[in-house]
Order: sequence, then C-alpha cells, then structure tokens
Amino acid sequence: MRWVNIRPRRGSALLLGVAPLLLLVLVYLLASASRHAINPADKILPTPDAMIAAMRGLVLVPDPMTGRHTFWADTAASLQRLGIGLAISTLSALLVGLLLGLLPAVRATFSPLVTTIAVIPPIALLPILFIVFGLGEASKVALIVVGILPAMIRDLASYVEALPTEQMLKAQSLGANSWQLMIRVALPQMTPRLIHAVRLGLGPAWVFLISAEAIASDVGLGYRIFLVRRYLSMEIILPYVAWIALLAIAMDWALRVFSRRGFPWAHAAR
Amino acid sequence: MSALLSLRNVWVEYGDKIVLERVNLDIAERSFVSIVGPSGAGKSTLLRLLLGQEAPSKGCILLDNKPLLPECGPDRGVVFQRYSVFPHLNARRNVLFGLECGSAPFTARLFGAARRAALEEADAMLAAVGLADSGAVYPAQMSGGMQQRLAIAQALVKRPRILLLDEPFGALDPGIRGDMHTLITRLWSEYALTIVMVTHDIKEAFALGTRVLTFDKRRHDPHAPHRYGATATYDLPLDRRAAEAIASS
Repeated sequence: MRWVNIRPRRGSALLLGVAPLLLLVLVYLLASASRHAINPADKILPTPDAMIAAMRGLVLVPDPMTGRHTFWADTAASLQRLGIGLAISTLSALLVGLLLGLLPAVRATFSPLVTTIAVIPPIALLPILFIVFGLGEASKVALIVVGILPAMIRDLASYVEALPTEQMLKAQSLGANSWQLMIRVALPQMTPRLIHAVRLGLGPAWVFLISAEAIASDVGLGYRIFLVRRYLSMEIILPYVAWIALLAIAMDWALRVFSRRGFPWAHAAR
Repeated sequence: MSALLSLRNVWVEYGDKIVLERVNLDIAERSFVSIVGPSGAGKSTLLRLLLGQEAPSKGCILLDNKPLLPECGPDRGVVFQRYSVFPHLNARRNVLFGLECGSAPFTARLFGAARRAALEEADAMLAAVGLADSGAVYPAQMSGGMQQRLAIAQALVKRPRILLLDEPFGALDPGIRGDMHTLITRLWSEYALTIVMVTHDIKEAFALGTRVLTFDKRRHDPHAPHRYGATATYDLPLDRRAAEAIASS
C-alpha cells in the first residue's frame, strides 16, 4: 500500500499524536536527571520536584507583598488583556470586513489604508502606543488590537468579496436591498469565517501580549516569565510556558467546538 | 399577444470589443424562449442584460413598456447553473428569504401571523417543486437536482414577471435533467410564466421552448474578430409546442 493511502484510525491517531509529546517529556526528564547527577544544584533543567515546589508557592500561597496568589493574579491579568483585545478586534473586524467586502465604494476608500497599516510591524508601534496610552492596560490591549486586527479585516473582507456573485444577484432578484444583503446574506456566512480568523489571530495575540507585558507591566504571565529570568528560575518559567500553551489550546478548541455546534452548515462534508 | 420584454437596437461593447450588435427582440408574455449558440456568442451577456447585472452600451430594454433599470429587481427571477441558493439557510428559509425581504425592509425577518402565512406560502412552493419533505435540509446536503429545484422555488415565490434561466440543468445527470424538464414545463404552464433560458444543449432548447433563438456573429472579419458582435441569427417559433401548452392550460 502507498504511504499516502495509509490512514490511521481514530484511536491510533490519538495515540500517534500523544507519542511525540510523551517522548519530549521523557527526553527532558532524562536530560534533567543526568545533569542533576553531575551537579545537584543545576538550574537549567530543573527536576519536576523543583518545579512543583516552586509553583506551589505561587499557586497556593498568597504573596506577602500584594496578598494575592501570584499565579492566579498573573493568569487573570493576562487573560483580561487578551480577552479585551480579542473582543475589540473581533467586533471591529466583523464590522469593517463586512463593509469593506460588500460595498465597492468603501473598499476603494479604505482598502489602501488597511493594507498600509497591515504592513507596519506592530512592535514598531509599541513606543507610540506607550506614549499615547501610557504604560497601563490600554497600551497592552492596543498592541494586541493593532497586531491582529489588520490581518483579520483583510481576511474577512476578501472572504465576503469572494462570496459567489450569483448569490448576491439572486438575493437582489428576490428583492433584497443593500442592508438586507448585509445582514441576511453576507453576515451569517462570514460568522464561521470570523471564528476561524479569531483562531488564527490567537497565536499573534499571545505574542503581542507577552511582548507588551515583558516590556512594561507589574503583573501577567509574560511579566512573570521575564522577571524570574533574571534569577535563572527555569523551574517557574517552564510551568508558566506550559500553562500558556494549555490556555492557548483550550481557547482554540473552544472556538472550534463553538463553530461546529453553531454553524453546522459551514462544516458539512465538501 | 403583446410584448412583455422588448430589446430595441441593443449593443454591448467592452472597449473596442463588440459582443452584441443590433439586437432587436420582442418576447411575448407566457412564451418559453430558448437561446442557443456557440460559446462567446453573447448568450450570457444577453442574460446579464435582461437580469440588469449590466446595462447595454447602446439601445434600450423595455419590460412592460418601461425602461429596465440596470439593477436586479424582484420583477425578474433567476436561476444560475450553480450557487443560486444560500448555503447558510435550510430549504424552507431559502424560500422564505424572498418573502421576508419584500415585507420587512429593516429587519428582513417576519414575526407572528405574517411569518406563519409566509411559511405556508413557502411550504406550498416547496411542494410544487417536489421538495415537500426537505424543508429542514441544508443545500450542502442536497443533490445538484434538489438544489436547482430549490433555486426555482426560491425565484417563483416572488411571482416574477419573467424567469431567467442560465444553463440551469447544465451540471445535472441526464436522468435528473429529464425530471427537471418535466418540472419546469409543468411550472411554466401552472404559474403562467414567461421564461428565457440560455443553454448549450440544442435538444433541450427545442424540447422546452416555444421559440428558439440562435445567437451568432453574422459577419466575421478574420483580422479583427472582435470588431463584429453577435445577434439573433435564427428565430424559430415552435407553434406546435405553444399550441400544446395553451391546450393543456
């Protein structure tokens, strides 16, 4: 049988998917153990015990300075920034993408602007955002929005523009005006695509969040990682990175399930 | 019979390329006009003109003796070869769409008694095209033939003055195509429709139409083939079929 025709079944696919992850953990444990055999005070590859001990302090014990559990405060702050950034981006992308994709006059007017903003590296705008919005929450949220919104708008606008002309003509021959075309034909069809765009935007959104937190913040997952780096505290950095990965996977999964449940017609067999 | 749709000296030019030239046509009410011709002979351009997707470069088109706006409107229904139905609505709501757009300009949705009445009308229309049991089915789960039935129901629920068909059965299997011919003939006489159909299947054109128009270029310049446009070269009234239709209705 040709390799291209060998398809793993559901159970074995799961097993195959887990294997490299387990292998990664195993390699780490072996490397960590061998380093600790030579130098019990090694900080580069901490043992699981060291990680648990370090994290217990952050997860379960309130910080004496702030009175809050550091780990949960970091998580809440980061998720809040990410959530607000994503919400603003999603709503703006929906509105602007719809208008840009559906109305040729709007497209002619604003498409060059969106393209121009999209090619500017968002991190290069960070100083401007700090100057304009200060060092507080607003500048971090703004960086996420500036970072992911242009790409989302362009994706959605091109999707709406690519809806079959036949469909638009048909709707008009059924008496639909521009507003009805927008809310009854284009909007419902672009919603699953919007969820898809948010899923694709999640990765860059995390990058911009961590960057903003690393540069100026006093709480947050990214802030903590960059703070403890000064003490070479790999036993905190590694669990934090794993936690960020877990959060990102959970968000992506939730969006995928929501899209499949809410818009079954968009996921029908092609 | 009075002419429902008239084309008076219609030309379509794109730059220096002439697609249609000197098209003069009168289409009578309740006729079934089939348009055939080689590809590139302006069949689809003619249909776009009738639909209002584009305007003629010269000449005018009259519907009920009034000039046609260069924009699609509910007086002209259309069924394309593909993509005529909305993938995000089930069959029932696909048909309901036209009724909702007409009577609710802002919300584009109907509520209460108005919605129930519209749903009844939509269900009757679905039954007329043989989709009575498929109201809750989404287009992606339908066969090509079912989708075209739905597209026809969707157009007819608006009671258009004229129904435009653009290769409507071109993508279907021969067997299904036969069923669709029976269906469209029945609907044509039951709903007293005026139909203009573009097809590349000459057999289909003669089987369905009461009048067959062939489009082609009358003149040909081998050095500048684009300088002459196409027009109706043959106009064949099929009186036998027209008589059959009148007798049966």
